[in-house]
Amino acid sequence: MYKDGEHVHPYIPNSVPEIRDEMLKEIGAGSVDELLSVIPERLRLNRALDLPEPLPAEHELRGHVERILSRNKACKEYLSFLGGGCWQHYVPAVCDEIGHRAEFVTAYAGGAYSDLGKWQAFFEFQSMMGELLEMDVVGLPTFDWGTAAGFAIRMAARMTGRGEILVPRTISPERLAVMRTFCPPEALSGHIEIEPVGYDMGTGQLDFEDLKQKLSPRTAAVYFENPSYLGFIEPQGEEISEMAHDNGSECIVGVDPISLGVLAPPAGYGADLVCGEIQPLGIHMNYGGGLGGFIASGDEAEYVAEYPLHMVSITETAREGELGFGLCTPERTLYMEREKGKDFTGTTVGLWTVVAAVYLALMGPEGMREVGEVIMERSHYAAGLLSEVEGVEVVFSPRFFKEFVVNFGTDKPVRDINEELLGHKIFGGKDISGEFPELGNSALYCVTEVHSKEDVERLAGALEEVVG
Amino acid sequence: MRLRRYHAEVWNEPVITEMGRSGERGIRISGAGEEIREAVGDARSYIPSKMRRGRPPRLPELSQPHVLRHFLRLSRQTLGMAVNIDIGLGTCTMKYSPIVNEDLLRLPEFADLHPLQGEETVQGILEIVHRFAAFMKEISGMDEFTFQPGGGAHGIYTNACIIRKYHEVQGELGQRDEIITTLFSHPADAACPATAGFKIISLYPDGETGLPDIEALKAAVSERTAGAMITNPEDTGIFNPRIDEFVEIVHEAGGLCAYDQANSNALFGIARAREAGFDMCHFNIHKAFSSPHGCMGPACGAVGVREELAEYLPVPVVVFDGSGYRLDYDRRHSIGRARQFHGNLEAIVRAYAWVMSLGAEGLRKVSETSILNTNYLIRRMSGARGVSMAYPKQAVRLDQVRFSLQELKEDTGVGTDDVSRRVVDFGVQEYFTSHHPWVVPEPFLPEPCETYSKEDIDRWVAIIHRICEEAYADPEIAKTAPHSQTISKIDQEMLNDPARWAMTWRAYERKHGKGE
Repeated sequence: MYKDGEHVHPYIPNSVPEIRDEMLKEIGAGSVDELLSVIPERLRLNRALDLPEPLPAEHELRGHVERILSRNKACKEYLSFLGGGCWQHYVPAVCDEIGHRAEFVTAYAGGAYSDLGKWQAFFEFQSMMGELLEMDVVGLPTFDWGTAAGFAIRMAARMTGRGEILVPRTISPERLAVMRTFCPPEALSGHIEIEPVGYDMGTGQLDFEDLKQKLSPRTAAVYFENPSYLGFIEPQGEEISEMAHDNGSECIVGVDPISLGVLAPPAGYGADLVCGEIQPLGIHMNYGGGLGGFIASGDEAEYVAEYPLHMVSITETAREGELGFGLCTPERTLYMEREKGKDFTGTTVGLWTVVAAVYLALMGPEGMREVGEVIMERSHYAAGLLSEVEGVEVVFSPRFFKEFVVNFGTDKPVRDINEELLGHKIFGGKDISGEFPELGNSALYCVTEVHSKEDVERLAGALEEVVG
Repeated sequence: MRLRRYHAEVWNEPVITEMGRSGERGIRISGAGEEIREAVGDARSYIPSKMRRGRPPRLPELSQPHVLRHFLRLSRQTLGMAVNIDIGLGTCTMKYSPIVNEDLLRLPEFADLHPLQGEETVQGILEIVHRFAAFMKEISGMDEFTFQPGGGAHGIYTNACIIRKYHEVQGELGQRDEIITTLFSHPADAACPATAGFKIISLYPDGETGLPDIEALKAAVSERTAGAMITNPEDTGIFNPRIDEFVEIVHEAGGLCAYDQANSNALFGIARAREAGFDMCHFNIHKAFSSPHGCMGPACGAVGVREELAEYLPVPVVVFDGSGYRLDYDRRHSIGRARQFHGNLEAIVRAYAWVMSLGAEGLRKVSETSILNTNYLIRRMSGARGVSMAYPKQAVRLDQVRFSLQELKEDTGVGTDDVSRRVVDFGVQEYFTSHHPWVVPEPFLPEPCETYSKEDIDRWVAIIHRICEEAYADPEIAKTAPHSQTISKIDQEMLNDPARWAMTWRAYERKHGKGE
């Protein structure tokens, strides 16, 4: 396909030799190599890159990538009960339609006029999340829940001038690992220590005695989650936030927003900062690439001043009655202040923010209530049915949302159980026997609105065979 | 060149919380069914009473066609790269994102994968990750890669965490607490290591060459140096030809060097991190590697390190064991997790397909064209009244070029913010002035990557010429711009006033008494 070594590629208009010659003539250079002389020879790679033969024909390229991807087993072909931070929910067709619009897919950092639609969609995301959370300030989301929690604890540390964060031991170890990267070690400035607080083995709830003991003048914040990583609902929100506040600490709550049609918003039980994951709101799992973490708070200027994230504010324009949008206090961020800005932000999850806005607009108050209720009903139905299987016990029941811990009273480890379930075209729950050895041979099962009664029965049947 | 007449779509679309009517539905979720209800009873009773939601959220109630219409209108009021000559956003590499790659991501074999599925069920995606990592090793000369970081700044942060962990393992962290960067490196090269707990030293550019001062670097390094994080070419399009000496000086002081390769579009097959001596680097997959920017993500900051630092990468790393692809969690000094799960692999699938479409020769063509386009743009820009190129002693730019409108500002009062607000009246995206502080006064920073034709560049430059001429004739036009856009000039002060700003409609109602 190469003519005289020239490579005219459909993605590169100026790869046409005649055009290149015209441009070089205008520049006054004999060749591109002449321009490259600004890079010294010793820094140059003086050979061609060693890469596979290209597939410039689109149909060949498509076939090639499709063949590789076809080796994956998707959660459509297989019945999946995996959750643990990324969940299979129904994605409304309108979410995909808007999420595929080339304008949104290919926009970036454009301003208030030429990208008005993007800014408005961002503001609408913040506004609808604000209603769901009953909070006045919501920032633009960051990479995932773990990062949002990492930033939230740093905000609390700066606000209180303290460096210790108390978190329940039931937190997702993976999320905790992300949070830990945001905690400088003692040798560096801004040191933050994360201290785990124990839990009640019967209910999963935070151990009050342990919390009391660990609260100290060093405590910047108490962080907990609702629903928790292990699915159970922490009912002592008010008591925990009160204890935190009495100690001069901030109360931070992590939340799965799809639960908020039925669960109380954390602001109602005293949360100062709320964070969580937007992936359930109309975003495909994408092998974990669908994540996005939000942070919300009250409107007090001292909270707003600590956000590292971009935040969109509504504003007025030169035309009477017209509304526009722009970045609130951009001098907080690295873009204006480099190392003096609050932490960092940058390219995060703008497209997912737009999609989540579409989702919340479609769902409305009734949709959020319905989805919350149906998840409660189906997951509790599943827990009930699985409990009937010999050798299967549901832990922390019945106070849970969407996810629950299943303990297998058998010598067969979860790994082998899941292996055998695969033969039934089922992805069993996440193996947590390594993360929580005290819970024994256990797995975290997730049941959402996408799981039918028949799906749950199929799982129970398969488990009967596998465990029994 | 004759400029085209343009006007953006104006819809005066209300904020969605103000739309619809009580009772309307955008979508319905089926109930659990009689049998399940009978079996479990009232599911809400499982929620402790004080944890139940009292009043329903005040979300809007709209029927489906109206939700669709609203967001379609918003999309049409968004000037994505695909619909304009997006040359103005320097450092962003606004290149074409091939549509076929979007199709591939929408297959259930990607979109409906759960990140905790067993390795044997995700061999396809792991294979793509592994193959793409091999491409990246070849392109950079580094030995191992992670794709967990979700953006460029996140990649830089991950590198800062690796530097931190490295010195911690060496037992020198208390002593080595300084990171050196240059002023024309991305601000994240200062902000991210600062977040990690380091003190930051920024090297300022030489007034003549625009390059960081090597003597200043020599003075800055000491036994406190933890490392350096540097862009090259910097955010001026100027390549630092002594970059290897910079690296050497930091190495001699005992620091690690991280190469911010956000500006890598002009370097494919030409110059690599390895030959310059760097220990680690990061690439923005959503920039030079064609994954779309998606209104600010999802994106990927691919981090590559030398073998000696492979033990520090976040886990898991995708490896091939001779028969299949596996997730390797065994990294002795791992920094832990850059984020949950495996990163935004949608960016990696796209980038894999993009590289496969181009091959080695095509990648080289990408870079050569980027350089050709930039220097062509410089030539076409000459003669624009009030415009000068920063650091004119440097004749050649690579991927982008920084100009100054200082003269225009002095002559007419029209500055770069005004011009940026005026270009959108001609149907092109607002340009990016440049990062702060403005060492080059009244700057702008076009980056005409390989996506743009000669005619595109001519057209974009003609818009700048026209606006500058216009500024001398009637400066008010630019100062009151935009005039052909979705909305008029916004009130900036309201965005910074705690009494008036509003991040949510509920806050707006409370402060401004609008709505019900």
